[in-house]
Amino acid sequence: MSAATHGSHAGHDHGAAHGHDLPFWRKYVFSVDHKVIGVQYTITALVFLLFGFSLMMIMRYQLAYPGRPLPIVGSWLGPGLVNADRSLSPDGYNVFGAMHGTIMVFLAVVPLVVGGFGNYVVPLQIGAPDMAFPRLNAASYWSYLSGGLVMFASFFMKGGAAQSGWTSYAPLAVISPGQTVWLLGMVLLITSSLLGSVNFIVTIVQLRAPGLSFFRLPFFVWAQFVTAFLLLLAFPPLEAAAILQLMDRIAGTSFFMPTGLVVSGQILPTEALPHTGGGSPLLWQHLFWFLAHPEVYVLILPAMGIVAEVVANNTRKPLWGYRSMVYAIIFLGFMSFIVWAHHMFMTGMGTKLSLFFATTTMIISIPSVVVLTALILSLWGAAMRFNSQFLFALAFLPMFAIGGLTGLPLGLPASDIHLHDTYYVIGHFHYVVAPGTIFAIFAGVYHWYPKVTGRKMSELLGRVHFWPSLICMNVIFLPMLFQGLQGLSRRTYDPLVYDAGQAVQGWHFVSSWGAWILAIAQIPFIINFFWSAVAGKKVSDNPWDATTLEWAAPSPPPHGNFLKSVSVYRDPYVYSPPGRPSDFWPQNQPPED
Amino acid sequence: MMAGGYSLWLPVDVSKHGFEIDRLIYALHILMAVLFVGWGIVFAYCLVRFRQRPGHRADAVVIKAKASKYAEIGVAVFEAVLLLAFAVPVLARVKNQFPSEAESEVVRVVAEQFAWNGHYAGADGVFGRTDPKFIAPDNLIGLDPNDPHGTDDIITVNELHVPVNKPVIVRLSSKDVIHSFAVPALRVKQDVIPGMTIPIWFEAARLGEFDIQCAQLCGNNHFKMRGRIHIDTDAAFAEWKKSKAPGEAPKVSEEDFQL
Amino acid sequence: MSATAEVIPHTVEPHPVTGVYNGKFGMWLFLASEIMLFGALFSSYVLLRVGSAEWPHGYSVLNVPLATVNTMVLITSSVTVVMAWYCLQLNDFGKARLYLLATIGLALVFMVIKYIEYSSKFEHHHYPRTNLFYGLYFTLTGLHGLHVLGGILVFLYFVGPGAGMWKTDPHRYTNRVECAGLYWHFVDLVWIFLFPSIYLL
Ligand code: HEM
Ligand SMILES: [Cu+2]
Ligand SMILES: [Cu+2]
Repeated sequence: MSAATHGSHAGHDHGAAHGHDLPFWRKYVFSVDHKVIGVQYTITALVFLLFGFSLMMIMRYQLAYPGRPLPIVGSWLGPGLVNADRSLSPDGYNVFGAMHGTIMVFLAVVPLVVGGFGNYVVPLQIGAPDMAFPRLNAASYWSYLSGGLVMFASFFMKGGAAQSGWTSYAPLAVISPGQTVWLLGMVLLITSSLLGSVNFIVTIVQLRAPGLSFFRLPFFVWAQFVTAFLLLLAFPPLEAAAILQLMDRIAGTSFFMPTGLVVSGQILPTEALPHTGGGSPLLWQHLFWFLAHPEVYVLILPAMGIVAEVVANNTRKPLWGYRSMVYAIIFLGFMSFIVWAHHMFMTGMGTKLSLFFATTTMIISIPSVVVLTALILSLWGAAMRFNSQFLFALAFLPMFAIGGLTGLPLGLPASDIHLHDTYYVIGHFHYVVAPGTIFAIFAGVYHWYPKVTGRKMSELLGRVHFWPSLICMNVIFLPMLFQGLQGLSRRTYDPLVYDAGQAVQGWHFVSSWGAWILAIAQIPFIINFFWSAVAGKKVSDNPWDATTLEWAAPSPPPHGNFLKSVSVYRDPYVYSPPGRPSDFWPQNQPPED
Repeated sequence: MMAGGYSLWLPVDVSKHGFEIDRLIYALHILMAVLFVGWGIVFAYCLVRFRQRPGHRADAVVIKAKASKYAEIGVAVFEAVLLLAFAVPVLARVKNQFPSEAESEVVRVVAEQFAWNGHYAGADGVFGRTDPKFIAPDNLIGLDPNDPHGTDDIITVNELHVPVNKPVIVRLSSKDVIHSFAVPALRVKQDVIPGMTIPIWFEAARLGEFDIQCAQLCGNNHFKMRGRIHIDTDAAFAEWKKSKAPGEAPKVSEEDFQL
Repeated sequence: MSATAEVIPHTVEPHPVTGVYNGKFGMWLFLASEIMLFGALFSSYVLLRVGSAEWPHGYSVLNVPLATVNTMVLITSSVTVVMAWYCLQLNDFGKARLYLLATIGLALVFMVIKYIEYSSKFEHHHYPRTNLFYGLYFTLTGLHGLHVLGGILVFLYFVGPGAGMWKTDPHRYTNRVECAGLYWHFVDLVWIFLFPSIYLL
């Protein structure tokens, strides 16, 4: 049967079939092997991460020195983006801000944690030869890359890139330049996520190795599993919203355009804006946040998963409360669908509705507290091994704690009156995604690098990377909380316009320098990343003495992953089991051994 | 780093309800600090105590951490208290329990790219009818020229005056996109949604002049959409109203709209 | 040799616990996401309609008889696709092929009727921008039409270039038709929601 199957669509299945005797471009470019796709995702997303960060570094110059000509880059940017004196223009600021958010969320972090780590690690950790649908997996990557290129190209198109924030609130987004391309890019990215999430769920349910019951799954796999459901069910409403906004822009419908708008002194409909009205701007917000709240859990759950792996491995003991962590994230997944309107407290919704969403928001904070507490208690009684990945994973804990805690005042409508749409919000979610998720990503890179390359990254460079990064992250984001408490609005091109901005301008200065030094602090990482691939210390298949299945495969794993079929005999993190000489007991080691 | 009543934590508050919001924010930050320090102590202790060293092996026996359960329950209870005892009453008061119009000063604010238009009812106390079709450079909010109630109305740009110690109701609407009417010093913030009229209210407790910010991205010059709100004594407020010739279009320049 | 189908478990044979093969499971998940997509659009429709002062009755402005014919056409095509799958299970590829062709034919009839409907709307200068009603009408039926088109392409592949799989791997071919059939039922189901809510209410 199998030979026949293969012959039937020769030319399609080749990549999966003979990873070994394929030409370079089939093996490394148009591959359907989950490991190659994982690496492609990782590299592409790291490039976008750097790009999104660069946009922000330029914006940070305007914030630190409002109105001053941009050094060096000022002369590279097109006329719309800079003023005559080569300082960043308000349009440029809005374009960069919107694209920073879009790129960071949809093109960098999610593709890294799901497309990159998820793709590479999940099949290995469940003992599968590949994802359930390898070609779909490749399609997901290419759709992602196309979406990314469309977004990138939009900078060079007429009208430029989108400039209405990553939230694209209507009516502004409907009447602003650049938005159509943004929406088209989003449709491609959403498609990519949908294909990916179907693949992950099927893979995790159908392809687990014998003996690998759900409660023996590594926590990382659980995190990916819940994440996949969030992507599967939350993205389609955004797709619906994108379709409706596209119609508003292309076909002149008025889904998000109310009656009686007057734009630039002209009452609609006009030649350029043929909207007859009747629509609802808030409809967009509901559809958008119905996706975007679960989306923030997509940004954090896989990061928790990575941290859990690294913590268990380097404390040399089982995770504390593994089951309650699993229940917590399942609960969190469900709840994340009914909290979305906490982003809309200031839109004038009634107190009953506000109360409902405030209550669900308070409830959803509990599972995060459970996960964090469990991870911290996992340190108790450990024999900690302070390698680079563990440092990043440890730093994740207090940073995520700050991010999570600062969410509380934003989740209560009364305190949100003062804090909504201020820099407090920016500080809050960046603590979650930057020193939170990004640190988890670094931990994951250091941790799984030997599996991908067969070599270790340099510990020395790892430390040179870690300490300045940790300090800079706080120098960047802590000031934002204070700025927000003062009432400084986010998305404010020139903070000096307002009294509040003048009062806290010093913090902008501090924050910007933090960002630029953070950039320098990434140089050791970049060197380490490339240099170790050729010159790093060669290591065994299981250099960290880890228990989960990916370490039972050769490094790098061949096509099909495992040399012989694997079976699972025990829980994921059997470290330092009493009565055994070795301090780890791999999941796949038969008990008689 | 202080200017005009701004400090490290929260800025000056000149409203009557603001202290409740501030109290909630402070209470929350104390809770946050307690939790953070609690976690931090365990965390730091572990980092020092449980390092890898010769002869030390991790203790795989699962510790019973009742403390964590208590901590989690404690957090839940505290959140419930904050929500029900602090957040809900403030919210209900600010959002629902409006003062009667008779005893308040009622102002309309019409937002547009990129300015705040104030609209006062004038001597007759009745707002003139408005319709977008009348909007013109000398009729910014589209007052109906045929409505007699409108002839004495006062229109301002980026400048609001309100009396102190008297409830003020602001009816917010927008001509074009979403803006957000934010006065940090009054602890007031409300999105202004085109197609809707949303009322808010506050009562100022102190005299002064403060920023009105636009808190929602509304276009390229969003950042310059700044207005000023003047909190006057009753006498000064009456004086100011009188000084405005009824029906006169406000003198505006391109600058006011930051186009 | 190691073909994908061999290495990856449950590509053809059902998983003992879940009782489905990968493709079918994946299709169900895909349909779940489609439900969220159309669910969001339907919710938008309801919200916009409720929020509007006036709203035309579908039956007074749209061509109900044509749409009724289309409903019948689509339901029939759902039957023919099941028949195709049934015949494949009975090992009768010839008949299955005819049923697949019938499905394609019916889907094309649906599209042609759609085309007639749209052009008469355009003739009367009714465009998506005319008002919210037409905006939703064109968007929802248009998106549904795209789904029909997608189905046509898939079925064309099955009777055309993809038909060879029947000889090499009949079980898998049958599974593919089954999955496409699931999709097709969904497309049908969406129409069964669209028809009353847009044309009749
Ligand atoms: C570590 C480097 C980063 C720095 C210095 C940084 C800085 C900033 C700043 C200052 C803003 C506010 C701009 C404004 O309101 O005018 C902002 C907005 C934003 N950032 Fe970041 N950020 C970083 C990383 C990230 C990451 C990793 C993510 C996401 C996963 C992210 C997502 C966003 C989003 C969604 C916005 C809102 C954009 C909008 O207003 O539409 N950022 N960032
Ligand atoms: Cu949220
Ligand atoms: Cu504004």
